[in-house]
Amino acid sequence: MSAADHGADEVKVRRAVAEWLEAHWDPECGLIEWRNKLIDSGWGVPHWPQAWFGRDLPSGLTTAIDEEFDRIGAVGVARIGIRMLAAATLLEHGSDAQKSQFLRRILTGEDTWCQLFSEPGSGSDLAGATTRADFDGEKWIVNGQKVWTTSAHHADWALLLARTDWDAPKHQGLSYFVIDMTQAGIDVQPLRQMNGHASFNQVFFTDASIPAEHLIAKVGDGWKIAMTTLAHERRGADALRRWGRASDRPGRIYDEERAEIATVMEPYKWYAQRAGRVDLVLPRARETGRINDPVARQEIAKLLMLSQVSQWTAQRARTAQEQGKPQGPEGSLGKLASSHVARAASNVHTLIAGADAMLCDNDGPLDGIIAEILLSVPATSIAGGTDEIQRNIIAERVLGLPKEPRMDTGPFRDVPRNPTR
Amino acid sequence: MHFSFTEEQSQFRDAIRRFLRDKAPISEARRLMETGSGCDPEVWREACEDLGLAGIHIPERYGGLGAGYVELCIALEEMGRSLFCAPFFSSSVLAASAILNSASEKYKQELLPEIASGRCIATLAVVEEHGSWDDPDIRLTARKDRDNYRLDGTKNYVTDGALADTVIVVGRSPAADNAEGLSLYLVLGDSTGLTRRPLNVVDPTRKQAELQFSNVQATLIGTLGSGSTSLSHTIDQAAVALANEMVGGCQILLDSAVEYAKLRMQFGRVIGSFQAVKHKCADMLVDLEHAKSAAYYAAAAVAENDPDLAAVAALAKATVSDAYMRIAADCIQIHGGIGFTWDNDTHLWFKRAKSSEVLLGSPSHYRERYMQFVEAGL
Repeated sequence: MSAADHGADEVKVRRAVAEWLEAHWDPECGLIEWRNKLIDSGWGVPHWPQAWFGRDLPSGLTTAIDEEFDRIGAVGVARIGIRMLAAATLLEHGSDAQKSQFLRRILTGEDTWCQLFSEPGSGSDLAGATTRADFDGEKWIVNGQKVWTTSAHHADWALLLARTDWDAPKHQGLSYFVIDMTQAGIDVQPLRQMNGHASFNQVFFTDASIPAEHLIAKVGDGWKIAMTTLAHERRGADALRRWGRASDRPGRIYDEERAEIATVMEPYKWYAQRAGRVDLVLPRARETGRINDPVARQEIAKLLMLSQVSQWTAQRARTAQEQGKPQGPEGSLGKLASSHVARAASNVHTLIAGADAMLCDNDGPLDGIIAEILLSVPATSIAGGTDEIQRNIIAERVLGLPKEPRMDTGPFRDVPRNPTR
Repeated sequence: MHFSFTEEQSQFRDAIRRFLRDKAPISEARRLMETGSGCDPEVWREACEDLGLAGIHIPERYGGLGAGYVELCIALEEMGRSLFCAPFFSSSVLAASAILNSASEKYKQELLPEIASGRCIATLAVVEEHGSWDDPDIRLTARKDRDNYRLDGTKNYVTDGALADTVIVVGRSPAADNAEGLSLYLVLGDSTGLTRRPLNVVDPTRKQAELQFSNVQATLIGTLGSGSTSLSHTIDQAAVALANEMVGGCQILLDSAVEYAKLRMQFGRVIGSFQAVKHKCADMLVDLEHAKSAAYYAAAAVAENDPDLAAVAALAKATVSDAYMRIAADCIQIHGGIGFTWDNDTHLWFKRAKSSEVLLGSPSHYRERYMQFVEAGL
């Protein structure tokens, strides 16, 4: 499609969505009721297929549509948290029965989802999962443990990656399920982090059950489907940034949306600190007088330059994609660059704070925010794929360097692995 | 656009890359670095006649190609990649920019067409014994003598200083002790009283000389006392140019390290399959990508007369110099013992990286300069 066609379409689409919104938008409507209307109209997820609440519009037009919503002040469908990963996975691999059972309530926000992938014994090596699902002739029985699960404590449903065949090679013995999180066989415990927060959970399964119809695709397809989910994870993070801020307008529907956002965003309240808070460096350097120290100035300049250049590198990657070049390793490059920025920022905050870097909470600088930075930054180079994994991806997929020889081929039963409880 | 090149710009890059591949392979750099001039006059003439190389960013009315600073930087990236031994940086970047920024119309018309054609090789002499590019440290005096001026003092680290036909000299009026006293003067390379001593340099692919001026006749080419502002603008532009040249070196060193890591066998497998090696390569790529972002953004900033150019140039020079040194050191490391030999080409770029790191000012100098702009509310 040429830019000119796109432009003409955009004008038409803007007009159509604005007309519909002007006719139906009501800030005093209930949140769920409004979203159901929106879903029926096709304007809730216009880039989805027509058969499933969408209009088959190119995803390039969603920004224009979102702008019309913003202009009118209309609330959209629920789209932050793991729900959109679940929706994308179901859309691509789910059966019609699964789509009709789950998709609508994902979009209305009635159901909350979580993702049960990582385990104590398999972090970077996700395909080494040992949580097992055994078919008893009627339903699947699940035993094992997952970890780092955001929102598990209030989730209704979960995406589960579990081992169904111990004799197949590692990646081929996994299957993918939807599991009911409200059942008795599932125990959710908060996992406390080194920074004191508990944003994630550990999830224990003791003979939890899954009806046969909640297997996604076929037995043994688990790894392939998990790749779909992970491919959407980046977009999930973008959604958090874009939709994670509540409107301050008055009206019943905004009140309900504010409450929803507050719940979803609660685990993420320290994430800004995790990235290093480069924005605080200059004000802190001024306030403490360290801005006059030549050594500190060098380190501050290094950090500010690195932070600026990392943003430019990300922009350069986006520019290349907009010009139709294939999506490259930018995700991994960007992730690695963010780790470097966060770590440099943590060091500079320490340099500026001096002895105060030993103090936290209300005795620490900025009411404990500086201490929270120092104690949150180590997560940046681990969460969402460690720096080492990012380097492997860059070296192997971009630079074409060969993989390490594998020690985990053959039946999974015989692969050396961590002891389980 | 700060981060992409047009079709024409890509074709321009290809043309230069082809020319340099054919006429200036690394074997030529090895030959020329052992000579005094460090340049093959025949190849320089061809580059200027066939590609208009010497006048890329010089306006057409002064005999140049009239292309922009982005094109100039594309050419520099290619030259940094091939270590092209020619007086391009001295003549077309330093001297031509100084003249464009500071000279009166009369001298632009007189000097630029000669530089653009490549017939005249010019350079810019700024720094003195202390090695500082800051204007308060410039002591060389320019005394009025009837219609002309007489220069006394010493300039150091003058790129292609022994080769240049024409030297643009930054000098100070004897009475003035502040920045307002600086002006640009034109001196012919073979003037009486000018002693040029070629320096023994770490990077023999870029020649430097010490120039001693003893009562040397000189011509004022701009307005008296207007040298300071335009000089710092010229140095900012040159720092951006140098950053882009360095990016070319970064790229070829990464390519060479990766290629070697795919071939070299140890412990029964290629060394590129070891994470200790592949992770180093991944870090080199991150450095390279950041270096490109900074250099390309800065090139566009010059082309678009960005008011924040001085800060952007400082960022680019510091970022790219550091990246180049890290990549050059890691490239030797990945080559192992062979990387430390004279026969392996890596050291040629390592030496260019080292020399470029401090040419026009060190990374720490530019970081301090950047902080001053940040504090002023960049």
